[in-house]
Amino acid sequence: MSEDFPTDFAAPSSGSAPQDGTRRSFMKQAGGLLGLALAPPLLSQAERLTAFSKTVEGVTTLQLKVNGTVRSLQAEPRVSLLDALREYLDLTGTKKGCDHGQCGACTVLVDGRRINSCLSLAVMNQGKEITTIEGLMKGEELHPMQEAFLKHDGFQCGYCTPGQIMSGVACVKEGHATTDDQCREWMSGNLCRCGAYPNIVAAVREVAGKA
Amino acid sequence: MRKTRRRNIKITISLAHYFTTDKMNNFSYTQAATAKEATGIRKDKADAAYIAGGTTLLDLMKAHLEEHSQLVDINALPFRGIEQTKDGLRIGAMERMSDVGENALVLQQYPAVSESLLLAASPQLRNMASIGGNMLQRTRCGYFRDAAFPCNKRVPGSGCPAIAGDNHNLAILGTSDACIATAYPGDLSVALAAFDAVLTLENAKGKQRRVPVTEFYLLPGKTPQKETVLEPGELIVAVTIPAAPHAQRSTYLKVRERSSYAYALASAAVGLDVQAGTIRSARVALGGVGAQPWRSSEAEKVLTGAPATEATFRAAAAAALRGAQPYKENAFKVELAQNTLVQALLKVAG
Repeated sequence: MSEDFPTDFAAPSSGSAPQDGTRRSFMKQAGGLLGLALAPPLLSQAERLTAFSKTVEGVTTLQLKVNGTVRSLQAEPRVSLLDALREYLDLTGTKKGCDHGQCGACTVLVDGRRINSCLSLAVMNQGKEITTIEGLMKGEELHPMQEAFLKHDGFQCGYCTPGQIMSGVACVKEGHATTDDQCREWMSGNLCRCGAYPNIVAAVREVAGKA
Repeated sequence: MRKTRRRNIKITISLAHYFTTDKMNNFSYTQAATAKEATGIRKDKADAAYIAGGTTLLDLMKAHLEEHSQLVDINALPFRGIEQTKDGLRIGAMERMSDVGENALVLQQYPAVSESLLLAASPQLRNMASIGGNMLQRTRCGYFRDAAFPCNKRVPGSGCPAIAGDNHNLAILGTSDACIATAYPGDLSVALAAFDAVLTLENAKGKQRRVPVTEFYLLPGKTPQKETVLEPGELIVAVTIPAAPHAQRSTYLKVRERSSYAYALASAAVGLDVQAGTIRSARVALGGVGAQPWRSSEAEKVLTGAPATEATFRAAAAAALRGAQPYKENAFKVELAQNTLVQALLKVAG
């Protein structure tokens, strides 16, 4: 296995974590230019949303419907939904914690169901309705779960919060927040290293009570 | 001088590994429309892999424990539905853990199966993970999951540091000199093994065969890298669980290091058919302690025909763990597994 390391180690800058703001804006510009240059005709775009029975290799145009808007990006099949949202579509509200499905910071809704976006490929989420933390507000009005997190101080550092809120929204919708114990169990996929759990439970339970 | 340098290299390698674990190798992606198309790709390309929910596969690929040149998306295959058949309840392999766990038929006929699903992983992962994929998840042994260490499962013949190392969460039943991992670390297959579930598999020729879950998993022996009887490219189509009184009166008890969202240190899937205080039939399988999901015919023998009392349950638990081979850090599991089994039996005996 050790022969893998020299190449890995030699290219730290090509890792998916942004080094600074400059890289993100560069990616954005590069992505935009590439997108213009490679934009396929409208017909084949529509086809891509429905027909997948072909092999996708290397950088291709992917289309993701995020918060009600269809967005195009140029990415390899190995790009996770999480990286597509953060690094390609600049929707950085969704957070990368462990990147292995253990912490829940990357929780988003896909077709109304909560998932870990780090363990899902962007290419596999075409044609689905993706909702991120950025899509919860109605105009200038916060989602009731966002209001409840503010009211109950459901965070300290705030890093896990977008995932907690998305998970909380789904938890209430599923009917899994009817008691404190049930709420704790069904929110257990979202870790909070600051330990704001009592306040998170209070926030989710309050919204469940109003639902 | 030379020794010091070697040590530094080792540390550097470990750090490099740590910081690059999220970068998967590049691969091509195909959404298969039919089983034939999917198995056809696997037949031509040995290093291709199927992907359903992706929760196990992508985790392993990010850690570079598996690398594949092509992923074949099998979510569009018609391996769906939860339906009553003459052989029992048939669950499509592409159904998701959350949907099966909360299905009314599963809840009513196989409470232990529902509980094994809903006590596993997190709500997010259960929404993603398929039934077939769940059954093929890999061990959580720390040496398997860290490529800096030797591991007979990952690199056959390289050795097993777990035997003399950190083995507190590893197996005490069915292990070998080559591997002491709980190869299947999950819950569902433990319940399926207990209640005589049968898998339907399909190969590249479109030929289907049926394999009981108790015969699906292989013990490590000298070849711990071979974990199931699944042939290369073969697909899991469905799992069928026969109806039985002991399945209806069943439970899955899971003991963990924290109260939720963790793998089992020990777990028990049990079912009893009790009539007038006597056990007519019993089913017992243990999780977290066997090299594979551990059906205990020894415990079932003790239970069948005996009075449904705690004394009987204790005797059954002792029989189940009689062949246990504990290691330095997991000796506690011998007693823990017995207590877990007794508690589960007391619960269903009511």
